[in-house]
Amino acid sequence: MEPLNALVSVTNFMLIPALAYGSQLALGALGITLIFSILRFAHFAHGDTMALGTAAVIGGTFFFQSQGIGISPLPTALLAIPIGIVVMILYLLAADRMVYRYFRKVKAKPLTFVMASLGVMFVTNGLTRLFMGVGETRFEDGERFIFTVREFREFTGLAEGMALRSAQAITIITALVVMVILFWFLNRTRAGKSMRAYSDNEDLALLSGINPERVVVITWTITAILLVLAGTLYGLDKGFRPFNYFQLLLPMFAAAILGGLGSPLGAIVGAYVVAFAELGITFAWRRVFSYLAPEGMEPTSMMQLLPVDYKFAVTFAILVIVLLFRPTGIFRGKVI
Amino acid sequence: MADPVLIGENMTGGYGNGPDILHDCTIAVEKGQIAVIVGPNGAGKSTAMKAVFGMLNLRQGSVRLGGDDITALTPQARVRKGMGFVPQTSNIFPSMTVEENLEMGAFIRDDDIGSTMEQVYTLFPILRDKRRQAAGELSGGQRQQVAVGRALMTQPTVLMLDEPTAGVSPIVMDELFDRIIEIARTGISILMVEQNARQALGIADKGYVMVQGENRYTDTGEALLADPEVRKSFLGG
Amino acid sequence: MSLTARDLGLFAIMGAVLAMVAMFQSPQLAITILNMSLISAIMALGVNMQWGYAGLFNVGIMGFTAVGGLAVVLIAMPPVPEAWAAGGLGILLGLMLGVATILAAVLVYKRMSPGALRGLAIFAVLVVGYFITSQVFGPAKQAVEAVNPAATGYLGGANLPVILSWPVGAVFAAGVAWLVGKVSLGLRSDYLAIATLGISEIVIAVLKHERWLARGVNNVTGIDRPVPRPVDLQPQPWVQSLADTMGWSLSQTASIVSGLGYSVLFLIVLGILIWLAERALNSPWGRMMRAIRDNEVSARAMGKDVTRRHLMIFVLGSAVCGLAGAMMVSMDGQLTPGSYEPLRFTFLIWVMVIVGGSGNNWGSVLGAFVIWFLWVQVEPAGRWVMETITSNMDVGSDLRRHLLDSAAYMRLLTMGVALLLMLRFAPRGLIPER
Repeated sequence: MEPLNALVSVTNFMLIPALAYGSQLALGALGITLIFSILRFAHFAHGDTMALGTAAVIGGTFFFQSQGIGISPLPTALLAIPIGIVVMILYLLAADRMVYRYFRKVKAKPLTFVMASLGVMFVTNGLTRLFMGVGETRFEDGERFIFTVREFREFTGLAEGMALRSAQAITIITALVVMVILFWFLNRTRAGKSMRAYSDNEDLALLSGINPERVVVITWTITAILLVLAGTLYGLDKGFRPFNYFQLLLPMFAAAILGGLGSPLGAIVGAYVVAFAELGITFAWRRVFSYLAPEGMEPTSMMQLLPVDYKFAVTFAILVIVLLFRPTGIFRGKVI
Repeated sequence: MADPVLIGENMTGGYGNGPDILHDCTIAVEKGQIAVIVGPNGAGKSTAMKAVFGMLNLRQGSVRLGGDDITALTPQARVRKGMGFVPQTSNIFPSMTVEENLEMGAFIRDDDIGSTMEQVYTLFPILRDKRRQAAGELSGGQRQQVAVGRALMTQPTVLMLDEPTAGVSPIVMDELFDRIIEIARTGISILMVEQNARQALGIADKGYVMVQGENRYTDTGEALLADPEVRKSFLGG
Repeated sequence: MSLTARDLGLFAIMGAVLAMVAMFQSPQLAITILNMSLISAIMALGVNMQWGYAGLFNVGIMGFTAVGGLAVVLIAMPPVPEAWAAGGLGILLGLMLGVATILAAVLVYKRMSPGALRGLAIFAVLVVGYFITSQVFGPAKQAVEAVNPAATGYLGGANLPVILSWPVGAVFAAGVAWLVGKVSLGLRSDYLAIATLGISEIVIAVLKHERWLARGVNNVTGIDRPVPRPVDLQPQPWVQSLADTMGWSLSQTASIVSGLGYSVLFLIVLGILIWLAERALNSPWGRMMRAIRDNEVSARAMGKDVTRRHLMIFVLGSAVCGLAGAMMVSMDGQLTPGSYEPLRFTFLIWVMVIVGGSGNNWGSVLGAFVIWFLWVQVEPAGRWVMETITSNMDVGSDLRRHLLDSAAYMRLLTMGVALLLMLRFAPRGLIPER
């Protein structure tokens, strides 16, 4: 029995990756939940917009790299994030101007907005592939590890190793900071409060002199920031492939609905639930249990509940189960 | 005679392009006074108030606030001009705290709102105790207090209330009416639509009995309560 | 409901465009576009039933077409006796145990009163069931997949005529839709969207991963076809004489004849479906469906069981998508799970329905033709544009190569722009609902 080794193993292969993945999902799901509560539609273009934002960051990264500008040991991409954010703010505001604003004016049904977001999704998808192609692009540079498996082993003297990749550490820290700032913004600033007021009661917000178009602009701006951060962190962690970003749509929506649509705190909790469940259920526990089991009783199978290919099934199953028992989600979100 | 603080004069109109609901209807309120609109269901009481607030297309007539013609203004612009409006339903921000509700009421103000908020808390002491609580978690009567407090945050010259006592208990209703009298004493004019006609006319300086979108009786609250015709037809004897 | 002169005109223009493709590009291309348009039209018809008749938002079309495609393999391919001997019974038993586990969980859910105890009991049932099932299923699956993995490694099919797989595909899709609908309909309206999105990804994951079922990403090829293959047509004397009269080469003639064979089959299916759909739409049942769509609350108040009607229409529409999926696989003669992409199989169909005119069956058909035509033709057009733009550039330049490569993605842009323009300027589509 070596519980310490088991703990290290589970931290290395499960907890750290899930924490990083959950943070990436949380930033994305926050955007979905914000758009839902302010603009009142399910934003299907979210995954592809994330991809385009990341593409802009990658462009900036390559430019800085070619100029020899860097912030080693940190990845150059961090330096390029502001570029991506500015590009995406402009892009999303342009999309709002050209597409969504008209439907707001004619008071179109929510599903018309969803269809329009499908249109934006196609366009964004095409643009991303136009710039980046469909293959994988890696843009991580700088120091790859905070500490490696070998360093950890030498330091602790344990048989089991653990590594912490810079991308993972940066992801977790950034997500934490961004969440704190977002909650400060929503709860402490006038603009943030006006957003919440608009989400709570549109008519009364109008009566109180809150300008809806301003609220909408602020919402897209925040969404752009969240999107670019989520996309870049995901890309640093796992590499950039447009299709993977599209596929993030399902876990992100699941996280937002799970937590309660319209509730930012819910989106974050939902994201970590989804991430831990996905990784926990598709994780091969054999190694961990071989440390825990008594001598001679080590497991012989992989001890993997489901193959990794079924991670969507896991997301989906959690969603079904939670909503069966609590249709409004964990944090009492809105029901459309 | 000088214009009242707020007057909707000879108003005729309806929602959108629909049929006329109001016919040559006049509603007015003097400074620091309470005017009450009563009448049977479907008489157009709330519609008359919404017309004064600009939520209706007026085909005839005009609305004047402090002598200025505001007929063409949107409701939002009227708020800036000094009108406060408390809708009958969904009149608070349920997920926001009481204090945030008041802050949102004062959204158009750039000056210090501290003293106004203090006045609201003095008027409704219970709100001070609950100021960190989400407004949606309060009782019905407390929510109405939040709603009235929110509307007071713009320091309006006229406060309009659409059935403020709908769905609250008689005790809470009496208390709410007391507060409304207090508000009127500070010089704010009150225009109010009420189901509970007898109690409402009891505190009214001016009463309007409406039937089918028209003024039927207009007099002081006291006189209307004393009028046998009004008593028989609208106050249940 | 009949077509107006304007609608017929739109169809005539579409026909003329296809004829021009046949004349200026090649007859084979025109027939390929025609056949895929017909299949897409059937898919769009299924979606239009759900969306146009009942307002149900299904974003899992891909899953239902893939399930239909699976039916083709399971019906038409010959069985693999060695694989059945190796683990066929184990797999069947495993599947039954899996179903039994879920049924037991549902039973516990229904019988016990709500509370923590019930949750615990369900969890226990699922855990125990999972372990028993995986003990039986796992080894059997491995045994089957080990049987000649390069050529088979799966159980094979029933060796029945391939045409049978079309209705079976519809039934498969209907079964999946029933499960999805049972869980998600009547809970909340956005739930169906996320449920269908999820289930379609799961279906594809199963097809890719469960190699014992249909070889997974190794694909099943060489499936029997309902129409003679071009190779078999070439020796026929009448094909040879046709080639002489038309002045085409023999192989070209054979593939045109074979393609037209599919066209005829597909047209018959589409015709029957449209006839049924139109009859249904104008029957009291159709009027009731539209009444429910337009005002669910009042329909409910009038005593209509809205949830059940929704489930019914959802199952029917998905069955039509499954049928189309089976037709597509039998035309290609292969099932390639890796090629199922949501953009192509779910969202493109949505563009067809919106552009064509939601709520109108003929609109969906026209939308399918227009959008599929664009989907096929925008890529060469984009390439041509890029070649024109880059003609002055250095042949070896990176930018030129990049621009030429990116022509392929013009089609996505075009689809998005087409959808947005329609939503903005003609939200009721090319042939609006009447």
